[in-house]
Amino acid sequence: MIEIVSASRCIECDICVKVCPANVFDAVPDSAPIIARQDDCQTCYLCEIYCPVDALYVAHRAEGHFPITEAEVEERNLFGSYARALGWKRGKAGGTEHDPTHRIRVAAV
Amino acid sequence: MSSSYQVKSTINDPLHLQADVLVLGGGPSGAWAALAAAEDGARVVLADKGYLGTSGATAPSNTGTWCVPPGENRGQAVERRWQRTGGLADQRWMLRCVDQAYENLVKLSEWGYLFPHEDDGQLYIANLRGPDYMRFMRRRVLKAGITVLDHHPALELLSNGDAITGASGVDRQRNRDWSVEAKAVVLATGGCAFHERILGATGLTGDGYLMAAEAGAHLSGMEFTGKYTLAPYETSLNKGLPYRWATFYREDGSPLLDANGEQVSNGIGEREKDIAKALIAGPVFARLDHAEPALQDWLRRGQPNCFVPHDRAGIDPFKDLFRITLRAEGTVRGTGGIMLATADCGTGVPGLYVAGDAASRENMTGAVSGGGAVNSSWAIASGWWSGKGASTHARKSARKAFRSMSKPLGEAGLRPAGNARADLHPAEIMEAVRAEVIPLEKNYFRDGTTLHTSSERLESLWNDVRQHLHAEGVERVRSRETASITASARWSLASALARNESRGMHRRADRPGNDPAFARRILVSGVDAISIGEAQISREGIAS
Ligand SMILES: Cc1cc2nc3c(=O)[nH]c(=O)nc-3n(C[C@H](O)[C@H](O)[C@H](O)COP(=O)(O)OP(=O)(O)OC[C@H]3O[C@@H](n4cnc5c(N)ncnc54)[C@H](O)[C@@H]3O)c2cc1C
Ligand code: SF4
Ligand code: SF4
Repeated sequence: MIEIVSASRCIECDICVKVCPANVFDAVPDSAPIIARQDDCQTCYLCEIYCPVDALYVAHRAEGHFPITEAEVEERNLFGSYARALGWKRGKAGGTEHDPTHRIRVAAV
Repeated sequence: MSSSYQVKSTINDPLHLQADVLVLGGGPSGAWAALAAAEDGARVVLADKGYLGTSGATAPSNTGTWCVPPGENRGQAVERRWQRTGGLADQRWMLRCVDQAYENLVKLSEWGYLFPHEDDGQLYIANLRGPDYMRFMRRRVLKAGITVLDHHPALELLSNGDAITGASGVDRQRNRDWSVEAKAVVLATGGCAFHERILGATGLTGDGYLMAAEAGAHLSGMEFTGKYTLAPYETSLNKGLPYRWATFYREDGSPLLDANGEQVSNGIGEREKDIAKALIAGPVFARLDHAEPALQDWLRRGQPNCFVPHDRAGIDPFKDLFRITLRAEGTVRGTGGIMLATADCGTGVPGLYVAGDAASRENMTGAVSGGGAVNSSWAIASGWWSGKGASTHARKSARKAFRSMSKPLGEAGLRPAGNARADLHPAEIMEAVRAEVIPLEKNYFRDGTTLHTSSERLESLWNDVRQHLHAEGVERVRSRETASITASARWSLASALARNESRGMHRRADRPGNDPAFARRILVSGVDAISIGEAQISREGIAS
């Protein structure tokens, strides 16, 4: 589930409030959004890739809270790691032309 | 759980819009439906519970399509696939689906979606990366001049007594009601995953099934909800593909053995049953140790989200054992849904059309799952046809005036038949429903006695919901979802009891094996009183 909105990274664009399909965040005037309904999070990781500054961290546990500090996420270079794996940058899509999934499907037969 | 900021306690002024076609749902099928209708010049509004681009089962995933280029092989490909459908699919629908899906995949490429190339330089259009595909579809929909209402869940349909005339719901970020009067409505609300925490599916609660049934439509194939997919324990990553190269272990690290004493490997084929049995007995672990280094690289780059949970947990899945589970997927990778009455995806209720996972996919995939290829092609093709069907219907009814005395059709979760009870909590009801339809020992392996007991529990839960569940403002979204999940579970169990045999993902321990007498569809209709019917499968043509 979503665990961290990094106040130090966030530029308060409120994109995550708009794009989260489960409506987990609430916008706050002059501040970073808050995680208002954590239990509604579906652990889809999509807010992370839409965030233009990699300020969000979704923990892998989908069944409830998974405490982790911002320092640990920073140290393990996990902010923005899913976006990098896809080829998305600064909230912009990219990378489908390099997707090697067709090779996996051939190998799977 | 209500929030402190945006949601104010007062209800804001409602939003009223008029349209030719209203599409409910913003997954791929809804996006294609909206584009098809707009291409005909219809004024289109699309309302999604979440956000068109990230909502639904496709957006967080990476979907392979069923992509068969035109030519002589197409008939053979369809015939081969049909052999695997438990005899319940319809080759005419399958053929026209591969035709339409191929045409639209080519359109995507022409519109500028970047597909990868194969080694021979050919474009590979048989795979769509979810986040990119749905973001692309959003752009396309906006460019076509379609009005998009994000975070506008629909709560109920409107009808003038003869035909569907629109829908209404709530804007959950502004806490205001909305209604759209429309000459035709497309239900593209996806399947029902019974609130399992899988990718993209917590908002897929069967809302469309309940809305359709309240309008008098039939459902079909609701017994086919026994589809489960492997995932790392307690994660949302229900993607089976990497387990093609897995071996499986017990908690003490000893290999998991099948009945013949061989180690269980490849978890996405026939061996799934062995894993299901082992999971009922205790924890099961996996390791992707059959993946060669080249394949490891393709898996990581091609299916990156499969590795997100492992990386975050500090596990190397190619070397380390990790605990797994089987995630229930209801009708999302099952096949049940709203019955199609006409070739243009009409439901038989005038003005009401259906597309994608909201529709039964038995025509395409019968008693087996269409996940992994067929469902995404179906979402494209049925989306397209339903949009065309709806815009044609809208044109025909163009002379009829708006505001022809529409009345809302929603009952359970909105308008309790008895007195509202404050002690009924949606979350508790959902858990009680889940206890009947999620456990492997009840729903993966079924038997008549257990199904009966579960059915009785669901009747009593339904009674609570129907008589007493009530909510106001945005809280109605949750109460309506609860009603939809409870109703979907009831239809599923009623259909599972009626199918007195085993077929595909419907595994009855007390009735092993196919019974030729059941080579037909099980239909279900009615909300409070459920009736069961049946339909023969025409191999000749499409009923219209
Ligand atoms: C992990 C995963 C992997 C998959 N992989 C494959 C694959 O490789 N190949 C394949 O063929 N298929 C695959 N599938 C299936 C495929 O994703 C679905 O068939 C497809 O998404 C169906 O499209 P849809 O538009 O009908 O429904 P969805 O994409 O589920 O969209 C439904 C939409 O309806 C909205 N909605 C729901 N209720 C309401 C309401 N009350 N009001 C307004 N809007 C509402 C939701 O917010 C959502 O946006 C996969 C599914 C999953 C879960
Ligand atoms: S998307 Fe990122 S930068 Fe924008 S508000 Fe959310 S966390 Fe802050
Ligand atoms: S992971 Fe998905 S559901 Fe959870 S907060 Fe992010 S976008 Fe929303």
